[in-house]
Amino acid sequence: MEWNFAPVLGGMDLLLWGLLNTLKITGLALAFGVPLGLGLALMRLSTLRPVSMVSAFIIEFFRTTPPLVQLFWFFFAFPILFSINMTPFTAAIVTFSIQSSAFFAEIFRSGIQSIDHGQWEGSKAIGMNRNQSLRRVILPQAVKRMIPAFMERSIELLKTTTLVSTIAYTDLMYQANDLAQRTFRPLEVYSVVALIYFVLIFGFSQLSIMVERRLAKSGEGTVG
Amino acid sequence: MTELIRVEGLHKSFGTLDVLKGIDLQVNAGETMVLLGSSGSGKSTLLRCINFMETPTSGRVYLNGEAVGTAAGGKTRYKEADLCKLRTRIGMVFQHFNLFPHMTVLQNVMEGQLTVLGRDKSEAQEKSMSQLTRVGLADKAAEYPSRLSGGQKQRVAIARALAMDPDVMLFDEVTSALDPELVGEVLKTMRQLAEEGMTMICVTHELGFAYHVANRVLFLDQGAIHEEGEPQTLLRNPQTQRMKEFLEGHALFKLPE
Repeated sequence: MEWNFAPVLGGMDLLLWGLLNTLKITGLALAFGVPLGLGLALMRLSTLRPVSMVSAFIIEFFRTTPPLVQLFWFFFAFPILFSINMTPFTAAIVTFSIQSSAFFAEIFRSGIQSIDHGQWEGSKAIGMNRNQSLRRVILPQAVKRMIPAFMERSIELLKTTTLVSTIAYTDLMYQANDLAQRTFRPLEVYSVVALIYFVLIFGFSQLSIMVERRLAKSGEGTVG
Repeated sequence: MTELIRVEGLHKSFGTLDVLKGIDLQVNAGETMVLLGSSGSGKSTLLRCINFMETPTSGRVYLNGEAVGTAAGGKTRYKEADLCKLRTRIGMVFQHFNLFPHMTVLQNVMEGQLTVLGRDKSEAQEKSMSQLTRVGLADKAAEYPSRLSGGQKQRVAIARALAMDPDVMLFDEVTSALDPELVGEVLKTMRQLAEEGMTMICVTHELGFAYHVANRVLFLDQGAIHEEGEPQTLLRNPQTQRMKEFLEGHALFKLPE
């Protein structure tokens, strides 16, 4: 057996294009998923029982069903139900936004609940309403505690996006399959792709460690 | 004397537990009132019902003669916006400070003025610095609360409440979580406030503070006002057995004269 990277290097532009699409899907899913997750978390913490139950159902549903099933449902079933066209790109964004929002909701919820009840009391006593307390006092502290879980979930999301190759969206994984088949070099192609994911995710997690350290050092602790 | 706070027929129950069983009280402007009582007597709950940290089960609270909430069919309804407005006029200081750890001392004191009162930044800053000076902590303005001692934290909490220009201040066992050597500086700050004419209602176990600073002392037992009077008379000559026991419990380990 002999390693030959020449065909992979020749197809590098394809792989980079795929990488760009992978990042695009991940970034957009985060951009929609994080605010959606906050919304779901606030609904779940609501004292109105129906509101809280609806949110709990959505969260549990998307956390327990396999992401591949969700993706296929949005790509194949959803268009039939509402007679609209669904491109692989749209289906991917919709699926991963909602799917990750369910996980982010739980991160937000546990972050908010981890803040000492006295913080709500302190802000309430100076006349803040619930929204002001949340925005000015609770969330700034909760978000800081959420960073590790948030980073882990984002990495998980990045990995899950490889599923979009199954509905023919040209992400990194799809391009790799394509290249491997055309060059008959699966060994080199998939090795390089694994390496790209490794570098990307390892860099990402190093960055998150740095951010955590910076926050820990800044003196503005979250206990008081 | 002008009446500032009046409480009429206040009841509060948590589930089946009746914590307050019909409280009537009146606090005049400039008065310092101390609420005494053993734990579970309802004194903290009473204090928390005055600024609606807890919603009374029944009864009414009046601030400057104005009833809080609107009566509708035997029940009183409270709107969140009205209660928030009310709380800007009734300052509260807690046992555990509840400072915002992600903000500096100055930001803590400015926060309510900016977010709630809508004051502009320079006005809020000026006001905050003068209140921090008042409690003797102007030099700590740039620090985070985690760098302060318990006594300093509590004085910042007092400044934060004062910066809202409240009509009355509520103190809920504000020295109970402090090391004994730090209690004095907080009590001194409170005494100074009382002397400057601030209207105050204090739940405390510091009998010396009640004796020297309060105009009036209320002794609560099992959710009702048991005895009431001037501290010099009441603390020296309690009329009821229950209050005698309470005071004796406090005096058990006093230094010999």
